[in-house]
Amino acid sequence: MHSIWIIAVAAVVTAATRFLPFLIFGQGKKTPDIIVYLGKVLPYAIMGMLVVYCLKDVRFLSAPYGIPELLGCAAVAALHIWKRNTLLSIGVGTVFYMLLVQFIF
Amino acid sequence: MKKKALHQVFRDTLPVLTGYLFLGAGFGILLREETGYGISWAFFMGLFMFAGSGQYLAVSLLASGASLISTAIATLLVNARHLFYGISLVDDYKDAGPRKNYMIFGLTDETYTLVTQNQPPEGMSRHAYCFWVTLCDHIYWICGCVLGNILGATLPISFEGVEFVLTALFVTMFVEQWLSNTNHRPAIIGVMSTALCLLIFAKELFLIPSMALIAILLVISRKTARRDVCA
Repeated sequence: MHSIWIIAVAAVVTAATRFLPFLIFGQGKKTPDIIVYLGKVLPYAIMGMLVVYCLKDVRFLSAPYGIPELLGCAAVAALHIWKRNTLLSIGVGTVFYMLLVQFIF
Repeated sequence: MKKKALHQVFRDTLPVLTGYLFLGAGFGILLREETGYGISWAFFMGLFMFAGSGQYLAVSLLASGASLISTAIATLLVNARHLFYGISLVDDYKDAGPRKNYMIFGLTDETYTLVTQNQPPEGMSRHAYCFWVTLCDHIYWICGCVLGNILGATLPISFEGVEFVLTALFVTMFVEQWLSNTNHRPAIIGVMSTALCLLIFAKELFLIPSMALIAILLVISRKTARRDVCA
């Protein structure tokens, strides 16, 4: 029974983090100026935040020093600058990373 | 609904399909190993929570029989980044109609990334596109959770590293934004603030200070950004 409550609380808190901004700022006819501004620039900042967030568990001070992750990210970025094909960059980058962690590091 | 448009939705969500099947499976396996809970638990957690790191966290909370207060606080710390997604979509989703609540409910990192970075295909409205992306991602995630729970640890080990597909998705979108924009300030603020806070704070706590720092720096840079637009 307690388990069901844990899941319920976790689900409600998760949903709250998603709904709260809409409940606070989305009620009036007109969205506040500052929110409209943040809506324009946040997507750029958030992508940067998510890239760092994904790498938060990488340990750079012990072997393999985050080298597979850095090489993987560099490969994805380089491929995307070169070909600008989203699926290609993601697909090849991921396979490259898998080869690195399975056979080299 | 045009078939071609839905085909485009599938193409756009393909990286998320890959990532969610494996990450969801990881969750399903962990849930069975740590708590012994089976398919219906995996299914309902995927259905009602729809949060990757949140569900992994929930497994350890379940396994340790955590109190409801610590469940609430820990979940908030892990999922606080959703607040940003909401803030940035308040205006965009304003007139999304009856599907709006579901689209908000389904705002994961990956769904947010796809709906903000991609253009809807021809013959599909922006809100319809956002809805279909959300629904597809949700279905992939639930499938992953349930499949992992059924198959358990029998999954071949050679898939090690496949979770990198989601990192690759974010890196690709980051580079795409960088190439298609001249104002790189928000992107730099995002990376530097998060990296700085990760260095200073514990891994479990750095997200909220990062978000605060990003918001403050973005607001400060607003005036100069305006000048850039006028120039």
